[in-house]
Amino acid sequence: MKLLYFAWLKTKTGVAEEEVSPPAEVTNVGELLAWLKDRGPGHAEALADLQVIRVAVNQAYADPDHPIKAGDEVALFPPVTGG
Amino acid sequence: MIRVQRDDFDLGRELAALTAGNHKVGGLAVFVGLVRDMAGGDAVAAMTLEHYPGMTEKLLAEIEAEAKARWPLEASLVIHRYGRLEPGDRIVLVACASAHRQAALEACNFLIDWLKTKAPFWKLEEGAAGAKWVASRDSDETAAERWADKDNAAE
Repeated sequence: MKLLYFAWLKTKTGVAEEEVSPPAEVTNVGELLAWLKDRGPGHAEALADLQVIRVAVNQAYADPDHPIKAGDEVALFPPVTGG
Repeated sequence: MIRVQRDDFDLGRELAALTAGNHKVGGLAVFVGLVRDMAGGDAVAAMTLEHYPGMTEKLLAEIEAEAKARWPLEASLVIHRYGRLEPGDRIVLVACASAHRQAALEACNFLIDWLKTKAPFWKLEEGAAGAKWVASRDSDETAAERWADKDNAAE
């Protein structure tokens, strides 16, 4: 599974993208975020407040209960500020 | 049409090309977003726009298709820039052409409202205190939500 981080999520985690293989019990977006918190202090800080994190699975917005599987592209980013 | 690019665009040339040869167009509505030199009382020297290549184009195309489904548009164009921009620089262009002004103006308004809350862009502002990521604004969410309210009212 490919993870992408944008804006301050990239700064805080220290990575723009990474390949991860979560355990089988991680089946949706919410479970993935909870699992990612344990990857290190940067990830723990970046994921401290899930209210300010948006997730896209395969380039479409996804809720916490959206299923995920191996091979997905999952992006984590703050609320958008374009325009 | 959707374009995501680092380079600036020529406003006059883009608008002329959008309606060239289509004499069913009676109105062309345009929104251009520019970089301001102030944000929340702080001076802004420059900003860098980051985006999510791939998802940006996909989202903008979906938003444009939604506008075309809601209003009888003859043509539409969204150009959004990324990279480092300075005060006065153009950030975004939204243009909608229709037979009559009402559809053109409403579709243009809809597109910029939705773009601001959906398209995956993030602004990093450079000021005297260093660089900071811009926080999203509730007023942008409220502006986008009024279009959802219209759906409910129509159903």
